[in-house]
Amino acid sequence: MIPKPLKVGNAQAFWGDRPGAAFHLVSQQPDLNFVTLDYLAEVSMSIMAIQREKDFQLGYAQDFIQEALSLVPLWQAGSQVKVVTNAGGLNPVGCAERLVKEFQKLNVYKTIGVVYGDDVLGIMKNRSSEITANAYLGAEGIVEVLKKGADIVITGRIADPSLTLAPCRYHFGWNEDQYDLLAAGTIAGHLIECGTQVTGGIATDWLTIEDVVEIGYPVVEMNADGTFIVTKAKGTGGCVNEQTVKEQLLYEIGNPERYLSPDVTVSFLDLSVKDLEENRVLVKGAKGSAPPETLKVSATFMGGFKCEGFLAVVGKDAEKKARRAGEIVLERLEHLGLKPERSLIECLGTGDIVKGALPHISTYEVLLRIAIADSRIEVMERFSKEIAPLVTSGPQGVTGYTSGRPKPIKLFRYQAQEIPKQWVRHQTRIFRSQE
Amino acid sequence: MTRLGDIAYARSGDKGNSANIGVIARDPAHYQTLVEKLTEERVIDYFKELNPSQVKRYLLPNLHALNFVLEDILDGGGSYSLRYDAQGKALGQALLEIEI
Repeated sequence: MIPKPLKVGNAQAFWGDRPGAAFHLVSQQPDLNFVTLDYLAEVSMSIMAIQREKDFQLGYAQDFIQEALSLVPLWQAGSQVKVVTNAGGLNPVGCAERLVKEFQKLNVYKTIGVVYGDDVLGIMKNRSSEITANAYLGAEGIVEVLKKGADIVITGRIADPSLTLAPCRYHFGWNEDQYDLLAAGTIAGHLIECGTQVTGGIATDWLTIEDVVEIGYPVVEMNADGTFIVTKAKGTGGCVNEQTVKEQLLYEIGNPERYLSPDVTVSFLDLSVKDLEENRVLVKGAKGSAPPETLKVSATFMGGFKCEGFLAVVGKDAEKKARRAGEIVLERLEHLGLKPERSLIECLGTGDIVKGALPHISTYEVLLRIAIADSRIEVMERFSKEIAPLVTSGPQGVTGYTSGRPKPIKLFRYQAQEIPKQWVRHQTRIFRSQE
Repeated sequence: MTRLGDIAYARSGDKGNSANIGVIARDPAHYQTLVEKLTEERVIDYFKELNPSQVKRYLLPNLHALNFVLEDILDGGGSYSLRYDAQGKALGQALLEIEI
């Protein structure tokens, strides 16, 4: 007997996406089987490392706790939706323990599966300034805890599409060598992992999208044969069509014949994308082969500090005045022996954002941006005090001082590395809130 | 001559210090024109002031699409780059203004 199609939605594209999206998605699509939440961009782990340094119980995306608790009334009303998320970051066990405590306060009974083992800092440490190193694990550990009855799966670093592939493998019983099917689950995950980017968000023709205020988050309906439909809940804003799907298919990919994931190597070259009816697009033709022998590792390093200051300049020769003002700030720092290791002046509004590509724009109104990077905090502190003096010594027509002294932020260097698969072992744990 | 955006749509993204731009023909009939005219040389020249080390083009005839990978174009990328557009989010829409 062929299992029913599986409905997997995404309600978080990155740490900073709209709060409450998970609640809305599950309310709008009550028959949703799984909701995925993706919290880990390239440098998220560095931020979590700093949090964990201050408090060893932290190191995960705390916002997730709120998103999970927001689903309680929906579960109590009968929703069977399960959750898969990488919000665990550097401390998936800590995240699960915190969630268990919150569920116990509310007398909510849930089984939480934790997948970890991605932290390879101990193995990879080749420079003293390395602060995190995490291997991108695949779907295996998630499938394992789902089979043990997990309602909520919390992981550390996982290949983003695996958050969607794992529910498909679990539901349909796909094996780890059914590569075309794994490719289908991986492409489905790739399409929905960025949330509203497939339902009209950042579409080239975005101005034609009718309702973006309440834009719907994406849902895939996966079939047992690996064909699937990309859609969104009825009555939501946004739009899913051949264009939005193709744009997201091409997002952040390299060689389309060899899209690498820990589970499978995917080829996009036999895919077809077809509008079925309004906001329902059929994707077929996913092809896969054996995954690489190595796992990708995201490593982050401390890199000092960076800071940016802004000022608007208005009037004749606005750009010339802006550039000169920027150069004055840097020259004043140099005279104090605080010349930043790296600096950049951009005049926003003149074509500087994509320098040399778009034609230069002559304008009466420019936003001066000065950005600096240095290992010394003294350079940052002095820089932040050099913006305001332009009120009385800079060009006339300058405004925007009310935002005060710009604050420096820690700078992280990201590096993709590789590690042989056999050096990494995923681990799992089960927590039950009723215990 | 027409602007690329009139016959195609695009999306750019980042991977470390490199960016990719997917370009998709609005009408399958225009795919061949894109293959002939939107070459690696044209794209690397268009973005030369951002200093990419190389541009590789991949074809997806099944989707009437081309994928350009612009290596080392992001001045260190993500957190390290000082640029306002450290993640290359503007590159796709910028490319759509190229004359084709």
